[in-house]
Amino acid sequence: MAPNIVPMDYTKDPDVKLPIQLIINMPELKENPFKERIVEAFSEDGDGNLSFNDFVDMFSVLSEMAPRELKAIYAFKIYDFNTDNFICKSDLEKTLNKLTREELTAEEITLVCEKVIEEADMDGDGKLAFADFENMISKAPDFLSTFHIRI
Amino acid sequence: MTQPVSFTLHVLESRDGASPDLSLCDESAVHNSFQQLLQEQSMEEPELELEELELQELTLGGRENLAAGHTEAWEEPESRREHPDFSSATLLILADMPSRTIGRSQGAIISQFYNRTVKLRRRSSRPPLRQVSRSARPSLRQYDLELDSGHAEQKDTHSLLVKELQSLSSSQRSHMLQAMPVSLAEKRSLRQELGGHRSTLRKPDKTRRPLSCCGQLKHVFLTGFRSLWDGFLSLLHSLQPWHHSLKQISGRFGSSVLSYFLFLKTLLMFNIFLFLTLLIFVVATQAAYPPATKNSRLFTGLELLTGAGSFTQTLMYYGYYSNFTLNDPCTPVSSSCQPGRGHLPYNMPLAYVFTIGVSFFITCILLVYSMSRSFGESYRVGSTSGDFAIKVFCAWDYKVIQRRSVRLQNENIRTQLKELLGEQQSKSRPMSLCRKLGRMVVLSLAWAVSVGTVVGCIVAVYYFAEHMLKVHRDSRDEESSEAQQEALLLALPVVVSLMNLVMPYLYNLLAAWEKQESPALEVYVAIFRNLILKMIVLGLLCYHWLSRKMGYSTEDNCWETSVGQELYRFVVMDFVFTLLDTFLGELLWRLILEKRLMRKQRPEFDIARNVLELIYGQTLTWLGVLFCPLLPAVQILKLVLLFYIKKTSLMKNCQSPSKLWRASHMSTVFITLLCFPSFLGAAIFLSYTIWAVKPSIACGPFRMQETIYESGKTWIQELEKSSPNITWFTWIHQHLVENTFFLFFVSGVLLAVIYLQIQVVKGHRRIICLLKEQIAHEGEDKVFLIQKLQCIYGKQETCP
Repeated sequence: MAPNIVPMDYTKDPDVKLPIQLIINMPELKENPFKERIVEAFSEDGDGNLSFNDFVDMFSVLSEMAPRELKAIYAFKIYDFNTDNFICKSDLEKTLNKLTREELTAEEITLVCEKVIEEADMDGDGKLAFADFENMISKAPDFLSTFHIRI
Repeated sequence: MTQPVSFTLHVLESRDGASPDLSLCDESAVHNSFQQLLQEQSMEEPELELEELELQELTLGGRENLAAGHTEAWEEPESRREHPDFSSATLLILADMPSRTIGRSQGAIISQFYNRTVKLRRRSSRPPLRQVSRSARPSLRQYDLELDSGHAEQKDTHSLLVKELQSLSSSQRSHMLQAMPVSLAEKRSLRQELGGHRSTLRKPDKTRRPLSCCGQLKHVFLTGFRSLWDGFLSLLHSLQPWHHSLKQISGRFGSSVLSYFLFLKTLLMFNIFLFLTLLIFVVATQAAYPPATKNSRLFTGLELLTGAGSFTQTLMYYGYYSNFTLNDPCTPVSSSCQPGRGHLPYNMPLAYVFTIGVSFFITCILLVYSMSRSFGESYRVGSTSGDFAIKVFCAWDYKVIQRRSVRLQNENIRTQLKELLGEQQSKSRPMSLCRKLGRMVVLSLAWAVSVGTVVGCIVAVYYFAEHMLKVHRDSRDEESSEAQQEALLLALPVVVSLMNLVMPYLYNLLAAWEKQESPALEVYVAIFRNLILKMIVLGLLCYHWLSRKMGYSTEDNCWETSVGQELYRFVVMDFVFTLLDTFLGELLWRLILEKRLMRKQRPEFDIARNVLELIYGQTLTWLGVLFCPLLPAVQILKLVLLFYIKKTSLMKNCQSPSKLWRASHMSTVFITLLCFPSFLGAAIFLSYTIWAVKPSIACGPFRMQETIYESGKTWIQELEKSSPNITWFTWIHQHLVENTFFLFFVSGVLLAVIYLQIQVVKGHRRIICLLKEQIAHEGEDKVFLIQKLQCIYGKQETCP
């Protein structure tokens, strides 16, 4: 992707990080609406700059072989836009806008957010904690096949 | 209301506001219904707690419980045990919390479930959450945010983690490591540390002693083997056929269309296995020792379609195979054995029947295994609710990478969300009686039409088959040319394939008219109708072939070869018509839509119909394997060509499906359909043919026997005669295989196991409901506690 920055020889463990702009231009990620969030979730500094290990991490979690729990953990991080360890209503609204390219009306968005929280929130605090998210994911057998990028 | 006798918790004296509304007699009335459960529960607990609980139940009643009719706390003694230094006021508040005041029966059920399954859960690969240190949870990634607290804390959590992992077994450890959300470098260092610790643990007193030379050798060997194995696995992965094509398809069309191609790949693997087994054990050995009769016919192009003509007396069909032991050193004529010439005899009939039997058995096991695995992944207990949440979080297919397809996916999700919202609103408005009646009429009419068409098709096929038989006999009597006779044979396959092509479109139209409530139901109904038609027609044809014994054949009255040829024709015609369907249904339709009707929409790839066609083709192959051992090779060729043709047509002509398609669920449905009507039907047909049908006298490996099965029996009798030491083998055969009692017994045991599992699932469902309620109550705890705090520390006058 960036032959001038990344050295070929990794035995000395150089500390090379690729900026987020290069990574989200990869063909596998270019059209994904969540590309920035995906890269941010796997970067150490939270800004999206990935070292080689983070890069391998990212694609190994998004591969076919990763276990369901691991995928659920990272999916939660991706959908948690404000990184407060909860998926609150504003996170949901942002997710919906990205999913539908902002073509739903505001009323529909509110309705859908309410329904999602109603269905998934079990302890009644109005936002989704990781346990709620994981429980809901476990009910969706398709998650393993949709949360998967082929390289 | 009587004041209670003072008991350990000193609860009632301090209570002022929360007097229960129920009178005492009402409470006891409620409790009597739980009397038995109380007794059971109390027998397990010590006497002291029993007293406490009984006294409590006379008096306590929390606010939140009254609505639910639960009237006492059950976890009181536990909280007392856990927090012995809490004041009684605190304990009072804790006792009042919504989650602690659930009914006794619910609490008893949950605690019993927990006690009984705690061992099971410990045995499973994932350690229970309570034992997992905080560091393994998602917040581990954020420990770099706590940098100000110093590296010491990081080291602490790290060493804690290492200790945790050491305490687990190795399989649990590897599972835990895999599922941990830390970077690969961390995992590698953890593994190294654990590996290092492990060796020191084994030799606790010799901490730094270098390994002995045997140990070193072993270490080298193990690491070498491990790296070889890893290399082999990665090679296997890269050898996966069509990796790039599948990526292209999934990139443009998503997981749903991909499931069709993955199914095709699965079928290809099954056929390759079948073909290789037959090739090695049956075809190749017969090819090395061809029979005396020569092939008199010349090759014309028609054979590729009809399978008759010069193909008749070849390895392709049953009739070619010998019925004696090949390469037998003991010739029956000379009755003298010369085993010294280095010859190995090969019993052809036994090889034929055993190879087919064993390969079917292995195919059965593989099918059932893949079906159960796929079912385990896609079915979840209690997974009926949560449409919106699942749609929002799991509907986005990350595999799709092309811009146009991504836009399409956006639109699809938007449409699906709107549909779901509409459904929700219409559910809240129930349908009027008039509309309900209208729907019933429409549904029953649609089903009547589909059943009527199936019956019509069956009758048509039956009479057409009879008619063609007669025509063929007439043409044989009239002595028209062989080629003409054989061309006539193509008529039945063509008619059946045409019917299989046209009827699904009719069913699709019917489904569009019917307008079922949910799109998933629509797909199921279409699949069901299609499947019924195909399977019943195939059943009818099997009956026709076996009962008429195929009066078609002119040479040697070899009916098996004729059936084999007929099935070959069916397979070839099925392929031709699939090509026709791709051409007409996709290419032509797209041209019409674009050029004539000027619509931007392209035809959609109908996954269900295509998968059913694949299943139909595979059923034909399985039906025909006994009579035409090379049929799996034909099917392999057909599947490979089909892959490339379908892929090209898909890329050029189709758009991704707009309807919801739950890929893993539908994959389970398809593999179940492959197993149950398709494979089971073929196995039944095969078993019936082997057990009860008399083989033809003039050809094939079972010429002289009453039934094909008899060859196996004869062999066992010969075995018995030749070496009396292995009577146990014949005993097994006599009492287990031939005796029906054993089969009934095994079926009975199987049914009992299935019933047990159903009851277990029911129990699990109930527990899930209870646990969900418990979680909701614990959520209410927080609200309750906050209010109480406000009350105590705030300035409110009126507090509850």
